[in-house]
Amino acid sequence: MDDGGNPNLPARPDEGEPGIRVGVDDWVATHEQRDVRRTGLTGKANDLIDRTPRWWFYVAFGLLAGLLPALTSNGYVIRVGFDTLIYMLLCLGLNVVVGYAGLLDLGYVAFFGFGAYIFAMLSSPKFGLHWDALIVVPLAVVATGLLGLLVALPSRRLVGDYLAIVTLFFGQLFVTIMQNGSRFSLLGIGDHSWDLTGGPNGIPDIDNWDLGGFKISSLNGYYLTALTVFMISLFAIYLVDVSRTGRAWKSLREDPLAAELMGIPVNRLKLLAFAISAGIGGLAGTLFAGLNTAVFAADFDVPTLIIVYAMLILGGAGSLGGVILGAIVVNVSLEALRTPGHATWIFYTLIVATIIAKVRPWRWVVIVIGGTIGLGYLLVAIANEWWPRGTAGEPTVSGWLGTWLNEWVLHPSDPQTIGNICFIVLVFAVLGLTLLKPWLLWVAMIPTLYLAAFVWQNRLVVEPSVTRLILIGVVLIVLMNARPQGLLGAHRIEIA
Amino acid sequence: MNWNLFLTELVAGITHGSVYALIALGYSMVYGILKLLNFAHGDIYMVGAFIGFGVITVFGGATALTTSLVILLVSMFVLAMLGGGLLGVMIERFAYRRLRNAPRIAPLITALGVAFFLENSAQLILGAEFQSYDSFSWKNGELWSKGFELPAGVHVALAQIIVVVGTLVLMVALTYFVRATQTGKAMRATSFDREGAAMMGIDVDRVIVVTFFIGSALAGAAGVFNCMVYQQLWPYMGFQAGLFAFTAAVVGGIGNLPGAVLGGMLIGLAQAFATGYVSSTFEEAIVFAILIAVMLIRPSGLLGKAAIQKV
Repeated sequence: MDDGGNPNLPARPDEGEPGIRVGVDDWVATHEQRDVRRTGLTGKANDLIDRTPRWWFYVAFGLLAGLLPALTSNGYVIRVGFDTLIYMLLCLGLNVVVGYAGLLDLGYVAFFGFGAYIFAMLSSPKFGLHWDALIVVPLAVVATGLLGLLVALPSRRLVGDYLAIVTLFFGQLFVTIMQNGSRFSLLGIGDHSWDLTGGPNGIPDIDNWDLGGFKISSLNGYYLTALTVFMISLFAIYLVDVSRTGRAWKSLREDPLAAELMGIPVNRLKLLAFAISAGIGGLAGTLFAGLNTAVFAADFDVPTLIIVYAMLILGGAGSLGGVILGAIVVNVSLEALRTPGHATWIFYTLIVATIIAKVRPWRWVVIVIGGTIGLGYLLVAIANEWWPRGTAGEPTVSGWLGTWLNEWVLHPSDPQTIGNICFIVLVFAVLGLTLLKPWLLWVAMIPTLYLAAFVWQNRLVVEPSVTRLILIGVVLIVLMNARPQGLLGAHRIEIA
Repeated sequence: MNWNLFLTELVAGITHGSVYALIALGYSMVYGILKLLNFAHGDIYMVGAFIGFGVITVFGGATALTTSLVILLVSMFVLAMLGGGLLGVMIERFAYRRLRNAPRIAPLITALGVAFFLENSAQLILGAEFQSYDSFSWKNGELWSKGFELPAGVHVALAQIIVVVGTLVLMVALTYFVRATQTGKAMRATSFDREGAAMMGIDVDRVIVVTFFIGSALAGAAGVFNCMVYQQLWPYMGFQAGLFAFTAAVVGGIGNLPGAVLGGMLIGLAQAFATGYVSSTFEEAIVFAILIAVMLIRPSGLLGKAAIQKV
């Protein structure tokens, strides 16, 4: 952009500031840069990807995913694949309400749980009902959709913030009710109580899916069923997305007031988005209950909600491809984080990749990584001399990577206290880094990275269940600050 | 009528309501200025409670306190408020500031991430177990044996008096600050119209930092108050308290400070009477019912003014 280039004009106060400038639209200002990106080999590839109809990718994904049971007979892999498909289905539903309609639904996993519980109640020995899945699944979807409608009704007139709190509260209430549903009585009146939900023990021994006499009992069968259900839902949502309703939702998301003034029935669309998203959540719940053969209220609590949100945000809210990608990346990472060896690989790969992507000029990449490792060897040598406890601990990761890390990362014996202190220091150090500018930033990175490695080896890798959740929180914060559109989402044009 | 039960629950409700009111005040202040539901606020309350616990540990633990009650209480409050306030300021600076002009949903999701990060970091550092202030054993239980008697044999303990009086003092100080000081005036102006305030020469960034500091300091104090009476603390304690305080702020009219106090008291009383007369499993359901009822009948809250959407 050229601001006219008149040398007599005084410098604008916002000159040189990145981002939006006064009077210049963001999109227009970067128009030429975007044109430049269209050249070269990567530009050609981008062009090609842009021109291919979206649904080609979805079909390709479906075919590839369908091949998984043929490629491996490893039950664990298929199981992770099934879980990922459930998460994809959940993301797909959440995408309708968050990505398209722009409403924050924080009670979403309650719908997931509601579908699971309906399936569990209607086809398990709990009440002696063993209904056909062909009846139960549609019933569960419709019932969950209606529940979604009911939750959204009191908040239909209200802005997103109120909706967020009502749905969050609803989600909490759902868990409480399910956990206390084993002694259900009418508001404490009378002595008789009924056991509806099994309370904290959940509902066990749920039947397999029974599709009109055709029983699905194997893991592979469930995987393929989940894939089929997901693909059908994906195409249904895709069709809604490109329809009038989909466009209306997006107008609602961009500016509810303007949409209303254009004659778009805002309330009805909000309710519709809620009902559809809840229905998909319920559908995912029936699959979940079918394979797991037991449901527990704790499965539908806040951590699940945050994980689904992380997937949606990482993939890019509002993008169907993002739903697939986000669910795969997050769920596979979470699974890998369970084993210290895999988790360590992911951790260091991510760090090195970030350094390579962000640190410029190139020689600083070498200096930062080399400096960190060098600092490590130095500290280990010093510790060997004056602080023998510092290297007396057991290495926590096996394999050659673990052995090598053990050479330059301090492993004190009894690392809990010092690890905790260093964790807090690390949080402050990373926050401090965001305030620095190159080259000071690169220099300050060296001790921070070393601290990160130290905390990782001594504290985080030891407690994978908490570490996973901490990392999910970090991912949400960093993504929203650095790349709110996620991996595949379109950049929103903000007109202030 | 069982006066003993009624009065016991009334006292419990007012005590708990004070804690909710303090948390709700912070929610309301932040919402008033940034229009942001700060989900991490409940976790600042949790951190405040743990800072208080740390102070007790430093002074030798609940059963063997090495200092007088006054010094203990004062240092607990000062440190919890300072720590909570600084944490709030840090969260604002590093997580929310860049998102001030982003779509509404972005800071909300960030707030969820911050809350999740704080809860799980606390679990990593402090463990998932329940801890206890054990204020019954402080100096032979002076905090609980002293106090005064109500009719029907209901004892109001010194601990409860401290909570209610402390809350009142903080609220009066806050009201004075917002009404009468220059910064308070700037805060009101900023919450009324941020851009307009900036054009009038108000340093909006500074005002927001001050707001976060005060709101979060109140949450830190609430954490200590709560555990002084209800003893238990654990890393996830902020979630439910935050949810209830949130409801309190909405019920009273979010962004409205007297409304937050009224809402807090209402929620505290509802919860206490629900526990006393029905069953503690229903407290959540009853508070939720209040929230839905208020939203249906008076969406802007009991004391809130109906918002006119400006284009």
